[in-house]
Amino acid sequence: MRHSKMQQSKAVRNLGTVILGTAAILSLTLASGTLRARPLGGAQTGTPTAAQMAGEEKSGAKAVTIDNFSFGPMQLEVPVGTQVTWINKDDVPHTVVSVDHKFKSRALDTDEKFSFTFQDAGTYEYFCSVHPKMTGKIVVK
Amino acid sequence: MSDFIEKNLDRDGIDRRGFLKCMAWAGTGTLCLLQGGVLKSFALSDVMHKYVGDLKGDLSFVQISDSHIGFNKAANPDVTATLREAIAKVNALPTPPSFVLHTGDLTHLSKPEEFDTLAESLKSLRTDRIFYVPGEHDVLNDNGEMFHERFGKDTQGDGWYSFDQKGAHFIGLVNVLNLKAGGLGNLGQDQLEWLEKDVASLKSSTPIVVFAHIPLWSIYPQWGWGTDDSEQALSYLKRFGSVTVLNGHIHQTMQKIEGNITFHTANSTAFPQPEPGQADSPGPLKVPAEKLHSMLGITDVNFVRGKHTLAIVDSTL
Repeated sequence: MRHSKMQQSKAVRNLGTVILGTAAILSLTLASGTLRARPLGGAQTGTPTAAQMAGEEKSGAKAVTIDNFSFGPMQLEVPVGTQVTWINKDDVPHTVVSVDHKFKSRALDTDEKFSFTFQDAGTYEYFCSVHPKMTGKIVVK
Repeated sequence: MSDFIEKNLDRDGIDRRGFLKCMAWAGTGTLCLLQGGVLKSFALSDVMHKYVGDLKGDLSFVQISDSHIGFNKAANPDVTATLREAIAKVNALPTPPSFVLHTGDLTHLSKPEEFDTLAESLKSLRTDRIFYVPGEHDVLNDNGEMFHERFGKDTQGDGWYSFDQKGAHFIGLVNVLNLKAGGLGNLGQDQLEWLEKDVASLKSSTPIVVFAHIPLWSIYPQWGWGTDDSEQALSYLKRFGSVTVLNGHIHQTMQKIEGNITFHTANSTAFPQPEPGQADSPGPLKVPAEKLHSMLGITDVNFVRGKHTLAIVDSTL
């Protein structure tokens, strides 16, 4: 079984979205009591400001955190055109693989990210091909 | 501890008595001796003094597992050093093993330099040959092509194979490829068909040793510690008098006897993992530095022809 390689660094080409995506990740990890996320490419330092948080909502960039062998949130609803970024916070590598072969990351080591922009409405089920008990779902409306 | 199963609450087919006893052994070093389907166990310290003479067999080999070269986090920042210690332990055995089995997760991230370090380190093993099966960490980005090229030449299909030594039949299986969403380890139809044919012509008295990375028995499916189609594989082995299944993946020793089949998992040479269900996830177990060595180790297996006996000794680093 082979999948076509998907772009892993789409985020890099759109710096604005990257900053906003990072803000989303920082807010998520702060909620769990530890601040471990690093801004991608050093584009941003410090904690996110209120303006950045608001911007995150406006642009619609979303983050899924991989922690403790699970995707959080497990199910995410986003509008068409949303870029979703997964970040691995575990000590072991994980992957993000669409069940229907729509997207596939390389193995993400600790703190590595993978982004995919959902251009079509639908339900996208995915899993970690290394630990297939880990599953998640993106619903695009 | 009662010797009888009064209530089997989990209905998973695991003999609770044996399971609990084996859990108590984890990391301490224990000899397991199977004679006519009866498991006898001894503390390793006793074995060294009293029983060592009984353990001489026709064949001895060693299992090492889960070296995770490339891992550098808190549980063990230097996994190459602990692999070297495991090698030294093997090289110090009174009888050099005929061969060594590595039951997968040679590397942490399937990187060429990690495979290089592993291969380079194992060159110092005092043994004739090393046999490998891949772990899921060895096949991360290329469906196992790099592993296959380096460690799986002369194998069938996606890397499975068998060989004979001193009258025993050894079977290396691959259960880390083409994993399905929500599922466990996977052997697949092609491999199952090959296995059925591979053992078809063997006499039922032939001792069988099967080795694969992910356990071929259901240890803790919630953490992916099992193989979806292992039942079918094991059904082909039911007629044999002695079957030993050696696995890695869970970074701790466990043993179970079911009919003619003895299941055994090995310690990692890199880092320990939590006991089933005793943590939020099966991620690396962080232990104090002074405790790490007691939770890593190697497995020494002795086979005595005609006795249907495989003596399995786990020792820590």
